[in-house]
Amino acid sequence: MSEPAANFDEMRTAQGAVRPAYEGYCNWFDEQETRLLHRKNSEAEKNFRRTGITFNVYGEDEAEERLIPFDMVPRIIDGGEWRRVTRGIEQRVKALNAFMHDLYHRQEIIRAGRVPERLFRGNEAWLPNMVGFTPPGGIYTHIVGIDLVRTGPDEFFVLEDNARTPSGVSYMLENRETMMAMFPELFTRVPVETVSDYPRRLAKSLAACAPPGTRGKPVVAVLTPGIYNSAYFEHAFLADQMGAELVEGTDLRVVDGKVKMRTTSGYRTVDVIYRRVDDEFLDPLTFNSSSVLGVPGIMDVYRAGNVTIANAPGTGVCDDKAIYSFMPEIVEFYTGEKPLLPNVQTWRCSEKDSLAYVLDNLSELVVKEVHGSGGYGMLIGPTSTRKEVADFRKKIEAKPENYIAQPTLALSTCPVFTKSGLAPRHVDLRPFVLVSPDKIDITPGGLTRVAMKKGSLVVNSSQGGGTKDTWVLKE
Amino acid sequence: MLGRTANGLFWMFRYLERVENTARLLDAGLRMALTRDSVTAEEEWRSVISTAGQKSGYEAKHGTYTGVQAWNFILRDRDNPASVTEMFDRIRTNARLARNAISGEVWEAINESWMDIRDLLSRPVGQNHVGEAIAMVRRAGTLAHGAMTGSMLRDESFHFARAGTFIERFDSTSRILDIKYYLLLPSLSYVGSSLDTGQWDTVLRSVSGDRAYRWINAGNIDARGIVEFLVLDDRFPRSLAFCQSALRQNLAALARIHGREGRSNELMRQADTQLSSLTIEEIFDMGLHQFLLEFMASNAGIAAAIAEDYRFLR
Repeated sequence: MSEPAANFDEMRTAQGAVRPAYEGYCNWFDEQETRLLHRKNSEAEKNFRRTGITFNVYGEDEAEERLIPFDMVPRIIDGGEWRRVTRGIEQRVKALNAFMHDLYHRQEIIRAGRVPERLFRGNEAWLPNMVGFTPPGGIYTHIVGIDLVRTGPDEFFVLEDNARTPSGVSYMLENRETMMAMFPELFTRVPVETVSDYPRRLAKSLAACAPPGTRGKPVVAVLTPGIYNSAYFEHAFLADQMGAELVEGTDLRVVDGKVKMRTTSGYRTVDVIYRRVDDEFLDPLTFNSSSVLGVPGIMDVYRAGNVTIANAPGTGVCDDKAIYSFMPEIVEFYTGEKPLLPNVQTWRCSEKDSLAYVLDNLSELVVKEVHGSGGYGMLIGPTSTRKEVADFRKKIEAKPENYIAQPTLALSTCPVFTKSGLAPRHVDLRPFVLVSPDKIDITPGGLTRVAMKKGSLVVNSSQGGGTKDTWVLKE
Repeated sequence: MLGRTANGLFWMFRYLERVENTARLLDAGLRMALTRDSVTAEEEWRSVISTAGQKSGYEAKHGTYTGVQAWNFILRDRDNPASVTEMFDRIRTNARLARNAISGEVWEAINESWMDIRDLLSRPVGQNHVGEAIAMVRRAGTLAHGAMTGSMLRDESFHFARAGTFIERFDSTSRILDIKYYLLLPSLSYVGSSLDTGQWDTVLRSVSGDRAYRWINAGNIDARGIVEFLVLDDRFPRSLAFCQSALRQNLAALARIHGREGRSNELMRQADTQLSSLTIEEIFDMGLHQFLLEFMASNAGIAAAIAEDYRFLR
C-alpha cells in the first residue's frame, strides 16, 4: 500500500521542521552516537525479558512467551494540548457512567428517542442482573481506556472506548522505567510529567469506591484468571505495586454475606475487587455454570452492597462499536454539552442507506465487528486483496447489524528507531482514566501503540504492534 | 497472605533446593567416574541416578549406564519430571504464582537463571559443557538465596520460603546418606572397617561437605565420623541437625506472626527433642536406616502440617 497522503507527523511538520514539543528531545538525539543507541536498543529488550514483561501466546505446541516490541523514541505531547485532551476524556467518561446508570435504570435516553432500544437488546454484554441496581458510589467503569487517534494539530478522535477491562497500563509504566534506566540524562533535560504513581493512584481510587459498610482501611484484591492468562504479568504487576493480594476464583468464597479470601490465617473480608476476568466468569451461579474461575454467590454479595466490583459487571456494553457510534448523542444527552472529543465518522451497517454506502465503498473503508476487539475480525479496505474484500462483503451482507464502517484515517505517525535510522510509523494513544466518587484522575500520557511495519495501520500487540513511552511535557 | 501464594512460595524453594542438590550429586558422580575404570564408572552412574530418585524413569529409557546418558537424563530430559529443565520450569511457574510475595530481585534472579539454563540445555550436553551446566544450576540457587537475604522483608513470605528450603534439604541429606550407606556397607560388620575412602568422599561431595569435613577431622575419613558430621553437627548447613534447627526457627517465627502455634510447631518440637537426645552410638545401635526412615517420615509430617496450619490448599 502507498503511504496515506500527507498524514500528520508528531515530530516534524510537512516542511521538515521539528515541532516545539520535540525540540528538547531532538537536540539530545542529535548529540548521540548511533552505535550507542543501537546498543541501548538491544539492552532494552534484555531488560524486558529479565523482568518478565511478557505476554503469553498459545499455539499448537507449548505456551510461548513473547515480548511486545518496544521502541525507544518517545511520543511527546505538549502540555497545553494534553490539557485540552483531558477535558474531552473527562466529559466522555462522565457520560459513559451516566449512560450505564440510565441503561440499567429508567432508560431515559431510549424514551427520549436518542438511541434505539435494539442497541442493547441482544447485546450479550448487557446484563439483566444489573437492572435496578446501583454500584457503590454510582460508578460503573472505574478504570477506563479511551483509545485516541490523531490526524492533525489538535485533531484528536476517539477510536474506541474500553470501559470493561482496559489493559496495557503495565507497559506504560515499564516503558517509562526502561527509558529512565537507559537515558537518565534525557529526563534531566526534558521536563516530563511522571506516570510512576499510577499504582498508588489506582489503589486510592479503588479504595474510595469501597462499599459504604466497609470497616477500617478497605481491603483491595486483584482478581486474575491465573498464570496462563495472556495478561497475567500485568495482573501480578499491579497487585504487587498496589500492595494488594492477587487472587484467583478458588481463593475467594462467600461467607456470612461477604466475599472472603483464604489467607494463611483463615478467611478475610475483601472490600474491593479489581477484577481482570470477564463478566461470565465472575459467578457460576449467575452466569456461566461451567466456569471454574468464578466465585459462587459473589453477585448476591454485590447486589447486597457488600463488595465493590471494578469495573462493574455489565460495563462491557459500552465497548460495543454500535454503541460507540451513538457516543456523540450520548455525551450531549447526559452532559448537555457538545462532545469535546469527536468520534471517527461511523456508518452503521444496520441502517439501510449506510449499508448501501459501505458496500459501494468497501475498498476505501475500515470495517469492524461491533463486538470484536484486538484488531481481529476487521477489514482494512485499502490494504486488502480483492478476494479479501469480496469475502468480507459476503459476511456483511449475511449479518449487516454485526458491522460498522469507518473511513481509513490518515493516522498520525511518530518516528521509530530502525536499523537505518528514524522512520515514521502510525501510532494511536490509550490514556488511562481512574474514576471514583471523589474525582476523575487521568494519568498524563498513557500507552502509545505503534504499528512496527511501514505503512501499517494496525497497532494491536496481538497483530505485531509495538509500544512507546509517552511523554506529556510539564507546562 | 493467601494460602495459595504461601504454597507456591514453599514449593518454589523446595524445588530450587531439589534441583541444586541434584546438581551437587551429579558433580560428585562426575568426579568419581573420572577417577575410575569403566566398570566402576557404570556402577557410579547407576548410584547417582538412584540417589537422585530417578532410577525407574531412567531404566525405562536406557538399558545401560553411561555418563553422557545419565547427565543428559538428569539435566534436560523432558520425559523426566525431575530433570533440571522440568524442575526449573516448575520453579519459575511457582515464582510467577507467588510473584507478589517475593521481591523484584528474587523474581529476576529466578527468571534470569531460568532463561540461561533453558538456553544452555536446549541442546544435548557433551562432556565439555556438563561442568558449566552444573555450575549454572548452583549459581541459580546462590543468586536466589542471596537476593532473598538482601531484599526480602522478614515477614511470613520469607519464613514459608525458608521452611521449603530446609524441609527439602533435610530430606535430601537423609536420602543420600540412606542410599549410600546401604551401598557401601552391605552388612553391619563393615562399620568401622577400612572403607573405600573414594566412595565416602563422594558422599561428602554430594552435600558439598568435603572441605568442611576435612577441616574438622584433619583428613581422617571413617563412616562413623561422616555420619556424625552429616546428622548431628549443627555447624554444617546441610546436616540434619542444622536443617531441623533452622526449620524450628522459621516455624517459631510463623507462629509468632500468626499469634498462635499449630500442629507443625508441635511436631517440630517432638522431632527436636528426639534428635537432640541421640548420640551417634545410639543411632548406630538402632540402625542408621531405621533412624533415617523415622526422621524422613517426621519431616514429611511437618511439611504436611505446615500446609494444613496455613491453609495452603483449603
